[in-house]
Amino acid sequence: MTDRDIAMRHRSEVAVSVELETPGMTLNIGPQHPSTHGVLRLIANVDGERIISVQPVIGYMHRGYEKLSEVRTYVQITTLVNRIDWVAGFASEVPYIVAVERLMGVEPPERAQWIRLILSELARIASHLVFMSSYPLELGAITPLFHALRDRERVLELIEGVTGGRFHPNFNRVGGVKPAAGAGKQQRGVSQDIPAGWFAQTQSTMERIFGMCDDLDTLVVGNELFKARTVGVGIIPADRAIEYGLSGPNLRASGVPYDLRKVEPHLPYPEVEFNVISAESGDCHDRYVVRLNEIREAAKIVLQAVDKIPSGPLVAKVPRLIKVPKGQTYVRGENPKGEFGYYIISEGGQKPYRMKIRSTSFSNLSILPWILEGQLIPDLVAVMGSLDFVLGDVDR
Amino acid sequence: MTSKDTPKDTPKDTSKNIRFPFPGLFKGLGLTGKYLFKKPATVMYPDEKEIPVPRSRGVIALDTEACTVCMVCSRACPDWCIYIEGHKEEQQPEEPGGKVKVRAELDRFDIDYGLCMYCGICVDVCPFDALFWSPEYEYSEHEVVDLLHDKDRLTDWLGTVPDPPPLEPS
Amino acid sequence: MDGFWLAALKVLIAFALLFNIVLVLVWVERRLVARMQNRIGPNRAGPAGMLQTLADGLKLMFKESIDPRRAQLGIYLAAPVLALIPALLIFLIIPIGAPITIGDTTYDLQVTDLNIAVLYFLAMSSIAVYAIVLAGWSSGSKYPLLGSVRAAAQMISYEAALGLALVPVILYNRTTSLAEIVAAQGGTFFGIFPAWNIVLIPSFIVFLIAGFAETNRAPFDLVEAEQELVGGYHTEYSGFRFALFFLAEYINLFNISALTVVFFLGGWHGPVFGPTFLQYLLPIFWFLLKTAAVIFVFIWARASLPRMRYDQLMEFGWKRLIPLSLVWIMVVMVAVGLRRFGLPWS
Repeated sequence: MTDRDIAMRHRSEVAVSVELETPGMTLNIGPQHPSTHGVLRLIANVDGERIISVQPVIGYMHRGYEKLSEVRTYVQITTLVNRIDWVAGFASEVPYIVAVERLMGVEPPERAQWIRLILSELARIASHLVFMSSYPLELGAITPLFHALRDRERVLELIEGVTGGRFHPNFNRVGGVKPAAGAGKQQRGVSQDIPAGWFAQTQSTMERIFGMCDDLDTLVVGNELFKARTVGVGIIPADRAIEYGLSGPNLRASGVPYDLRKVEPHLPYPEVEFNVISAESGDCHDRYVVRLNEIREAAKIVLQAVDKIPSGPLVAKVPRLIKVPKGQTYVRGENPKGEFGYYIISEGGQKPYRMKIRSTSFSNLSILPWILEGQLIPDLVAVMGSLDFVLGDVDR
Repeated sequence: MTSKDTPKDTPKDTSKNIRFPFPGLFKGLGLTGKYLFKKPATVMYPDEKEIPVPRSRGVIALDTEACTVCMVCSRACPDWCIYIEGHKEEQQPEEPGGKVKVRAELDRFDIDYGLCMYCGICVDVCPFDALFWSPEYEYSEHEVVDLLHDKDRLTDWLGTVPDPPPLEPS
Repeated sequence: MDGFWLAALKVLIAFALLFNIVLVLVWVERRLVARMQNRIGPNRAGPAGMLQTLADGLKLMFKESIDPRRAQLGIYLAAPVLALIPALLIFLIIPIGAPITIGDTTYDLQVTDLNIAVLYFLAMSSIAVYAIVLAGWSSGSKYPLLGSVRAAAQMISYEAALGLALVPVILYNRTTSLAEIVAAQGGTFFGIFPAWNIVLIPSFIVFLIAGFAETNRAPFDLVEAEQELVGGYHTEYSGFRFALFFLAEYINLFNISALTVVFFLGGWHGPVFGPTFLQYLLPIFWFLLKTAAVIFVFIWARASLPRMRYDQLMEFGWKRLIPLSLVWIMVVMVAVGLRRFGLPWS
């Protein structure tokens, strides 16, 4: 229907009834928009500031990792998977490498598992701090961004101290973690174990993170304007959340205390004490508070793990050429954003036959059309931001 | 209650959360006010620099002496950004009657840092200690082509390779 | 001196002062907000980065001004100018210091002492809304349109509160001339406390909150809410046209702060001592100091507070501020009446 037709229709309608019906306006939000976290596009049909319907368009950042994986060796794929959810690179490496280990029947040594645990939790802190900073920014508060990112930098420094990479650690190897700097005579002797002073640095950084969390409590959570913007906004009931396949903090904020670290741990999580944080109402405020408290829990886990880490080798005995026998497996882990899984089908050989990535943000984002219906445009920003997605994770 | 009749966003009077005299608001103001008198965390980059950790993956250094043109790194690279060319050279034996040695000579060893994703697999797999990580990071260029570091440039980085850090006693 | 030339000279000085104030103001805001965020802020251009604003302004001047294809060009070009003019005009009525007497002539340190200055201020700030509405509408783009719709709604609700907050001041000081309002605040209560209009605390608070909304600053900056509406009404503006909006915004900030000082914080009143020249300069100093303090509150709030939602803002304006002002007006009316006429039965 053209504009002219609509206009004509209106004229005729006005003639019979006084009620003037105006057509909705199509508002294209994104792919370049300050609050779409990259290149998400929402085609919103709005009536003034009220959203009638919204249709997300994804794929602007599709990099084809599932297909790329079919032409890369298992060793090379590690470098790809930590680029899927780049704010928590290490956390998305672990389920993949565990899947490969399961297919090969390799059990990584204790120390390697504990290092993985510590680095995963550090990645969780780093990822949540990005959310802690960007979410208030979306509501117009600029200061938490700088405070949270300043301390995230210290966490990234820790990750870099061990792995050599801030965002893309590429530190997991089949059978453990990266054992040595190289394969030559001299480099083989250079162990990639935890460097001296790292544990002390970690402890002081975690203290800093606790202080940061308290700061955010005062600056953001307790702020009346923040509450006014988030309490009761974008409520996701528990059953809806389960229906749409939400996971991670988004699900827990709706009152489902489901955490894969408790349910299906593949790292020594049973040996550390931590609480599964959950909230009840499932609104934006709860999603923020749940993540904030998860930072505190993650920091506690790191502090415990630093005390408990056993000594031993970094990598199990694995053949030099990684060849995976025929078989298939699905391994999932608790990524900072939720359930992150890899389904690997191997036909034998150095490359997987097919790898399906169950990325968290994609599923979490699927609730957008439902949740945004009938919201205001400022709430669109608030609700969308509270789901904490990364576009690389959505489009893969 | 099934999900069908779950009330979605029941319109709530959110204004009741705003209660006079806004204690949280003033606490927030107090926090920013406190930071006004604290030292900024900024590092003034070109004047002062943060020193990267020794393991930091900044740039790859090449030891041409050690390289045997085995191409292992080039094949292991996930995005094929290492270009190697070489030729075989016969070395005449020093004593007459001795064996003629065949030695591989490196003609070209280029790493395209425009493509490199800093995964470090090439360093991992090098069987002759020819590749090292250096934490140097200041090699941005105005032209993309200048990011292709040739053999000589890669050898220059060798001087910046730090000693491995001591390990935590276990 | 001839009245015309005197006025021209005053206007010229006012202009120069205002533009310099804006240059400093933007720099101060950026530095202060940066420090509150644990960073440094602009520090490269000039001493401590003071020339940064000038550099930014020059850059904007040299940038291409883009005409959107669907813009209503005439209105589109007029809007930034329309935004700047009321901002400049409001400044003309603000007394920035005590009257100076040289020889027989007394010079007022304000361009013009209007006897209806309060109404003039309210009228000018209403006109400023048109600039934003027209800018949003004429851009021919959806985000600016939403921004201008918001602006219209926001201004209507806060204009009312702003006006009502000033009624007690008029009742109390029994004048609408700014010079006389300031002069009326000259004395002291009980010989210690300065007799500023700050005793009208509810009015002061309402005026300050409405001032936040008038100047479109956080937490009421939804007209240009970046995360929601990209840039709001000035999304499609670039180059020098954008600079004009920017300039108007900061002049408005200064105006509102200065008027807060005039209406409630005793204007240029303050301890005055020393030789003659100091007696002329000190009132100006006190005035600027007080204004700076109010500006600091605006900056501080911007660094700390998230943005309100459109409907919450309206609700807050109509359901909280306006009833509060009305009740307070009644209280002041009764009090003023009692003071003037005594108890009705006596």
